[in-house]
Amino acid sequence: MHFFTELGRYLLMLKGMFSKPENMRVYWKEFMHQCSEIGIGSLGIVIIISFFMGAVSAVQTAYQLVSPLIPKASIAQVVRDTVILEFAPTLVCIVLAGVVGSKIASELGNMRVSEQIDALEIMGINTKAYLVMPRILAALLVIPMLVVLSAFLGVWGGRIAGLGSGILSAYDFDKGLLQNFVPYNVFFSLTKAYTFAFIISSIPAYFGYHVKGGALEIGRASTRAVVISCIMILFADYVLAQLLLGNPSG
Amino acid sequence: MIEFKNIRKTFGDKVVLNDVSAVLQEGKCNLIIGTSGSGKTVLMKCLVGLFEPDQGDILYDDVNFSEMDEEKRKEMRQQIGMLFQGSALFDSLTVEKNIMFPLNMFTKWTYGEKMKRVNEVLDRVNLKDANKKFPAEISGGMKKRVGIARAIVLNPKYLFCDEPNSGLDPQTSMVIDKLIQEITSEYNITTVVNTHDMNSVMETGDHIIYMYEGLKEWEGSNQDIIFSKNEKLNEFIFASNFLQDAKDMRMLEAKGKIDNNRNMDELLK
Repeated sequence: MHFFTELGRYLLMLKGMFSKPENMRVYWKEFMHQCSEIGIGSLGIVIIISFFMGAVSAVQTAYQLVSPLIPKASIAQVVRDTVILEFAPTLVCIVLAGVVGSKIASELGNMRVSEQIDALEIMGINTKAYLVMPRILAALLVIPMLVVLSAFLGVWGGRIAGLGSGILSAYDFDKGLLQNFVPYNVFFSLTKAYTFAFIISSIPAYFGYHVKGGALEIGRASTRAVVISCIMILFADYVLAQLLLGNPSG
Repeated sequence: MIEFKNIRKTFGDKVVLNDVSAVLQEGKCNLIIGTSGSGKTVLMKCLVGLFEPDQGDILYDDVNFSEMDEEKRKEMRQQIGMLFQGSALFDSLTVEKNIMFPLNMFTKWTYGEKMKRVNEVLDRVNLKDANKKFPAEISGGMKKRVGIARAIVLNPKYLFCDEPNSGLDPQTSMVIDKLIQEITSEYNITTVVNTHDMNSVMETGDHIIYMYEGLKEWEGSNQDIIFSKNEKLNEFIFASNFLQDAKDMRMLEAKGKIDNNRNMDELLK
């Protein structure tokens, strides 16, 4: 019962976002600010994890492919597909659920507790439209960009690790990268990125917006937002994989 | 003029407001007083539309606020300014940007015009050289003054102040009270103040509503309060010996037994 109450309030929050902005310029400014906060604010961590996940992926794939019958170029192929299909969208978005999600939940929670949201309401501003909508739209714009960047950096990290540890040559790696490339995988990766971006922004916004109490509740809301976002990402990951990649023979 | 009729508000099983009605005086300082938990904050939040009453009507100039649609409410709210207990300033914006925020949202003025208005209201609340400071860098009293400046920047018809003196020292409290009183008469605003500061009650209360356990227990002015026979009100207002003595002095003064300005020294000898 409690789940349906929460779900209903979440849907009502999303519905409440759609109204005519009081002043488009102020909303645009807030949207750009959020793009910078979410995008630039998470760039460092995305670069670091992407590079290392690609590097680890190359080393571990080489470790498992011990047969001399398998060409070395396959390592690059596996790194490429793993990074594009899973690591870049899912791993990066799980990290972003922590970085961006907790930020959104605690920011809005603090605004709620310190009556800043009430102050906006009193001014006659639709707070759902002004506070939640720009965050969701900014996440939808910026997070797929971060995922694309992460995919490039992951492959690059794999290349550097492969060359650095003498697993394969630059020629082999580049050859493997171009072998059997399926553009549909990029579409799948971006579909996941958009879905996860919506989850990462809307769920924490819901928990932050509806905080009641004080500092302790802000912390709790932030933790719940991150945990539920992560669970929803993994669930959506499975559903999307089943829908878009499932039954390849059929 | 603000009028509310038969307001009832419950949270779960708890009745917080029970059939509360009153008319708030136009262009005056209306005070809602009462102990913590008496329902005064809930009443104020119902009046500004932050809470929906379960029952009853709220009328602004005879227009029913409870029956307005979202768009009409938005328009109405632009005539309302509110000072919150914790000031509710936007942490990420400077003092200047905080005050400019409603202007950015609701006017098409140029930057120069907006700055002019911001400086006007900052001057009015006696805050100079604080434009570029962030809320975290200013004192509690200054935050309240910035809150007032932001509330009046759009020239509202109604000003609501939720416990404007909470967390302030007596001297700063008096400055804030005086400011609210001056702004009320200067701009002819209908002001509603939620307080349990006795100095505010005696100094600024043109019209006072005393709330007790969700009911309106007493209504009158700061002159009437001295002579009130309402036991609950007297217990609340004159809770300490000091305040009781102050009341006795005021009564003697009112009856002409002492002249507070001239013969106090004589009497004290």
